[in-house]
Amino acid sequence: MTLTTTDLLADVPEVSTRLDDQDPSVPEIIRGTGHLPEMRVDPIGLFTRVREECGDVGRFRLADKDVVMVTGAEANEEFFRAPEEVLDQAAAYPFMTPIFGKGVVFDASPEERQQMLKNQALRGDMMRGHAQTIEAEIRRMVADWGDEGEIDLLDFFAELTIYTTSSCLIGKPFREELDASFAHHYHELEHGTDAIAYVDPYADIDNFKMRDAARLKLVDLVQQIIDKRVLRGKVAREDRDLLDVLISLKNEDGTDQFTADLVTGIFISMMFAGHHTSSGTASWAMIELMRHPEVMESVVAELDELYADGSEVSFQALREIPILESALKETLRLHPPLIILMRLVQQDFELLGHTIPAGTLIAASPRVSNRIEEDFPNAESFDPSRYIDPNQEDLQNKWTWIPFGAGKHRCVGNAFAMMQMKAIFSVILRDFEFTPAQPVDSYKDDFTKMVIQLEQPCRVTYKRRVR
Amino acid sequence: MRVVADTTVCQGHQLCQGEAPDVFGFDEEADVVVLLDEQPDESRRADVTTAVKYCPAFALSIEEDPSMKESGDA
Repeated sequence: MTLTTTDLLADVPEVSTRLDDQDPSVPEIIRGTGHLPEMRVDPIGLFTRVREECGDVGRFRLADKDVVMVTGAEANEEFFRAPEEVLDQAAAYPFMTPIFGKGVVFDASPEERQQMLKNQALRGDMMRGHAQTIEAEIRRMVADWGDEGEIDLLDFFAELTIYTTSSCLIGKPFREELDASFAHHYHELEHGTDAIAYVDPYADIDNFKMRDAARLKLVDLVQQIIDKRVLRGKVAREDRDLLDVLISLKNEDGTDQFTADLVTGIFISMMFAGHHTSSGTASWAMIELMRHPEVMESVVAELDELYADGSEVSFQALREIPILESALKETLRLHPPLIILMRLVQQDFELLGHTIPAGTLIAASPRVSNRIEEDFPNAESFDPSRYIDPNQEDLQNKWTWIPFGAGKHRCVGNAFAMMQMKAIFSVILRDFEFTPAQPVDSYKDDFTKMVIQLEQPCRVTYKRRVR
Repeated sequence: MRVVADTTVCQGHQLCQGEAPDVFGFDEEADVVVLLDEQPDESRRADVTTAVKYCPAFALSIEEDPSMKESGDA
């Protein structure tokens, strides 16, 4: 008799079951898939229980895969420090392939792609330009606001971050071709992150139909932009963007190397990491500031003082804004945009006395680790003073304060993201006052997909400030 | 103070060089930080602290030298 994966994992405790995987409420396609039905409706409850019941290393089951979930500094450090050939990041996210498109095959590993992105678009010396771009985009978004009105946080920030990420990562001419409909379809792609993808990312379900329809709409929009470019003809080198470069590349037989479908896939993949994450963080920062008027007041006072001399947002956003930064960090701790980070174990992996066999999925949870009471006293409360010198609970807990992940794979866009948040709030909080347009406790996340977004309605009232 | 750089997590953003170019250098080949001055003068503390705080990879830290601390206020 051979040892199965589950035999080898026998010394790793398995979490209890709350939702019977044969329950009539469970869609037929995922009956009998262990904890998958629960992860689809209450992932936070599941991940939190893993730590409560199993400690630093526990496990749950997604169909035929065991998922070992680690929490706490020691186990997280092992997880984040493991090399790519041991814990493989790309293989752990089956739901991304149909979103990017089957044809989007890169010649580079995810690590090399991340490096390329960092070297090309996220370089330190490019941040000033990005900061100017972002400031201009926010001002455009609020340009038609009256003295008073209402916005939906999800719609507003999802649209804004489509413009900022496309402009900074792809180029200004491409961004100028986009409107709210691109943002709308892009958001619909997130239906593809239904955890059912762990059984079959091409299953015949409504969420995946919406994903595929949204992707086709995006390809159509990109095709229209390409057609316009072809009609327009060549432009000077300094006016070209990434789209011009891609459509200029020809195969040996003279046909286009990059079809609209491929170009769309590349753009989707480039923008994906920076879009829903930034949009969600901006929304939650606004909600937490509204829930804590005393913090809102001190942030606004800080910004008023900082900009009193007429200095530029694009300049200040790259510098210290201590109180705003601490409020943003605390938002990220309590509401990390990704609640689970996964890897596929490619070689048997030694972890705190256990051997995790190849073929297992292994995961860390920013949502659970960020709220470990021993590392973050009063972990459930929003307390920006945690980060004010000399506390610095983020730096002191570098393996458990993990909204951006940690180690070699730590989000390469985190400096860009923080700058973007500082620019957004510098502009909107100095010109407007925000108050909740619904009960302040009614704002909540929709956890039914792996990409988490605010549940609508999430409405907010703005009022122009008299300064 | 003693500056420590973990080159196994450094991602080569080079932001530290902007803050304290006399303390942080860069190994182009390996795409990681190199320390030019492991025990910078106390006068460099503000810039080094900023570099540590804003390192996008959390790869830097400052370790206080206990013997130095005690002689501080004497």
